[in-house]
Amino acid sequence: MTTLHKNETDGLRAWFKRGEPMIWINASAVTVSTLAVIGLLVLLAVRGFSHFWPADVFVAEYQLPGEGSAVLMAERVESESVAIEQLRSAGFKLDTEDPFIERELVKIGNRDVYGSDFRWVLTRYLKEVDYPVDAVVMERREWGNFYGFLKALNTGDGRTDLSQGDAELWQAFQHSIERAETIHEDIERIEKKDIGAINYRLEKLRLKERGLELDTDLSDTVRQQRQMEIDAEIAELDAKYEVLQRELRELYQQWNRDTFIAATVAGDERELRVSTVVKAFRPNAMSGFDKVVFYVKKFGDFLTDEPREANTEGGIFPAIFGTVIMVLIMSVLVTPFGVVAAVYLREYAKQGVMTRIVRIAVNNLAGVPSIVYGVFGLGFFIYFIGAEIDQALFAEALPSPTFGTPGLLWASVTLALLTLPVVIVATEEGLSRIPRNLREGSLALGATKAETLWRVVLPMTSPAMMTGLILAVARAAGEVAPLMLVGVVKLAPSLPVDGNFPYFHLDQKFMHLGFHIYDVGFQSPNVEAARPLVYATALLLVVIIALLNLSAVALRNHLREKYKSLEM
Amino acid sequence: MTVNYMDTKKAPGSHGINLESLGRSRSDVAFEDEDITLTVDNLDLFYGEKQALYDVSMSIPRQKVTAFIGPSGCGKSTLLRCFNRMNDLVDTCRVEGKISLDGDNIYERGVDVATLRRRVGMVFQKPNPFPKSIYENVAYGLRIQGINKKRVLDEVVERSLRGAALWDEVKDRLHDNALGMSGGQQQRLVIARTIAVEPEVLLLDEPASALDPISTLKIEELIYELKDKYTIVIVTHNMQQAARVSDYTAFMYMGKLIEFDNTDTLFTNPGNKQTEDYITGRYG
Repeated sequence: MTTLHKNETDGLRAWFKRGEPMIWINASAVTVSTLAVIGLLVLLAVRGFSHFWPADVFVAEYQLPGEGSAVLMAERVESESVAIEQLRSAGFKLDTEDPFIERELVKIGNRDVYGSDFRWVLTRYLKEVDYPVDAVVMERREWGNFYGFLKALNTGDGRTDLSQGDAELWQAFQHSIERAETIHEDIERIEKKDIGAINYRLEKLRLKERGLELDTDLSDTVRQQRQMEIDAEIAELDAKYEVLQRELRELYQQWNRDTFIAATVAGDERELRVSTVVKAFRPNAMSGFDKVVFYVKKFGDFLTDEPREANTEGGIFPAIFGTVIMVLIMSVLVTPFGVVAAVYLREYAKQGVMTRIVRIAVNNLAGVPSIVYGVFGLGFFIYFIGAEIDQALFAEALPSPTFGTPGLLWASVTLALLTLPVVIVATEEGLSRIPRNLREGSLALGATKAETLWRVVLPMTSPAMMTGLILAVARAAGEVAPLMLVGVVKLAPSLPVDGNFPYFHLDQKFMHLGFHIYDVGFQSPNVEAARPLVYATALLLVVIIALLNLSAVALRNHLREKYKSLEM
Repeated sequence: MTVNYMDTKKAPGSHGINLESLGRSRSDVAFEDEDITLTVDNLDLFYGEKQALYDVSMSIPRQKVTAFIGPSGCGKSTLLRCFNRMNDLVDTCRVEGKISLDGDNIYERGVDVATLRRRVGMVFQKPNPFPKSIYENVAYGLRIQGINKKRVLDEVVERSLRGAALWDEVKDRLHDNALGMSGGQQQRLVIARTIAVEPEVLLLDEPASALDPISTLKIEELIYELKDKYTIVIVTHNMQQAARVSDYTAFMYMGKLIEFDNTDTLFTNPGNKQTEDYITGRYG
């Protein structure tokens, strides 16, 4: 007689029979995947975001056996243990027999003095480590950080030095930096915006003039009249430019007015302009809260500033902007194109050998390496179509190309082509899932096939189109290789969207987070300084792709809710 | 007018039952020409190589309910879908013969199928409201015709929903999604949507087969009311339903029209052995 109770004697076999190994394998796979993703994000966050934390600065005497002593002022970056043999063979005379010895990477700054910002020191030879509260870290526009002590300040109002009290001096110094920063913003505004606009219009006028020369059909009177108009306008702009130039000169003078005297830890005093300092702080004197405020502010600057010093300092705003705008333009191009193609393939084309071949071709496009698309974009879009456009529409600017050179438009078009198969496949899938009886319901009311498509089928397919777009965005935002050929640059002088008509400059080159990572990571002159930025930028790229995707997913969920009959 | 509904000479003997041995064809119903909405003349229909309708000829009387009954696969839905050329959607479908709507052949070249379907409305077995609001569902046919005036639409929507006995249930939630309604309500909404474009003929393809008994009853009552204004052709599996709602009934079997008569006559005194077998439940 069989019993309903479990047969306990047959343990392992019963365990297998219940399918539990499979459950364990499934669960482990999920766990490993989740951990991998979390690990990736945590690594990027820890490595990247610790960079913005104002670490304490120490002063210590450093003397290797058999060598002279030196005083160091630095902040710790990382430490590791290294085999003593390795150090011995590198020429260090060490007075210990430990097989391993600690060494650490410290940031000493003062590149103008030492030649590099970072150096390795052996921890056991650091003596008399101290954290003086008046140690100053200054972020400069050039030469990296300065580490040292503030001695005196010369402003237009006179000289302040340590005899008036350290706090007084520090406050005056901060004021002076703030003042310089305000003036700097004015200078930036005039240079970028006002003079930029004038230059833009001058360039337009120059092209107009050139166009006048090229136009042989004009009568002399008309030509002269137009020429006079142009000359008048140029004269007017030149006058404005002169005014701005004068203003600018004044501002520069003001900006460079203040100087300060600072000493390195070795006692080396030097006089520097306040205008060279971006910010100055005393990390050892900051409380935890101060540091958090500082951190947040610095991170905000990273997001909103332009890069400095070959991308190793400053922010990455242009790269964020370029990435987002390129993905948006790509989406605007690829969605209608893909949808229209899918509608034809699924709804109108006679299903047969031909459509099957087209489908196979489309699917294979998705497997073509992305760099190949870059080559195609360069060869076809830029050198062929772009050159034709230049001939037809921008002849006056030749020989310097307008669209016949890599730029935002061609990068977007190339990525649209790259992601087209995804959108087509997803839309076709969606079209095939619309129930037949809904189409018939519409047709039975006297709607034509086109009306049925437009009013019933396509709205219901929109969630599937969004799925295609989500996949397309995810792929496009992460592509770097093709972009290097069709429009991305290390440092773009201006954003592709600005206040000058026509506001969108699709012919301009732009910066991109993916390429920025590559550039900072591989092309940087200052590897140690660049490394945290690589991690931070990578995390930002992930976050931005996630945000773009999430907004598309939210839109899709909204559409799904609206057209939910598919789940019936 | 008398029509011979089954031409036995053309019947192939290949499908097991020798029709000639089962009784003679009958032509008991005669209509005046002006009483006829649809006329079917010698209609053959093929799906690829397979023939689905064999030489069907009949007349559908105006403003009456005509029911098609018969076992599954007998071709009654196929015949129904010929009346608004729904079969055109099937690539391999080929039609020979003639169907006239008020004297005009609907299979002639140059016939605008959209206009035909506006005049011959259709309700399907499974309720198929669009994923739009109740209001927009009913207004759909009008919007297709380019009518977008709110006043006109409001009026037609109310009239159609009243016509489909749905107004009182939905008048407070006209702008809710139609998919939130019950199956029976959805089917009445589809009927409202169909009568909104004021067709002459209503084709009902098993309209109650996916519904519960109460909803079925409501649909049947509705059919009874609608026949004052529309010519109704209904396909049903349910013989009781055919007997309840229809004035005339056609019995089809294996692609052929076997018998077409007054509903009462056909159910009480069928002239054909096959019809009798079917309605007494011997097969099908």
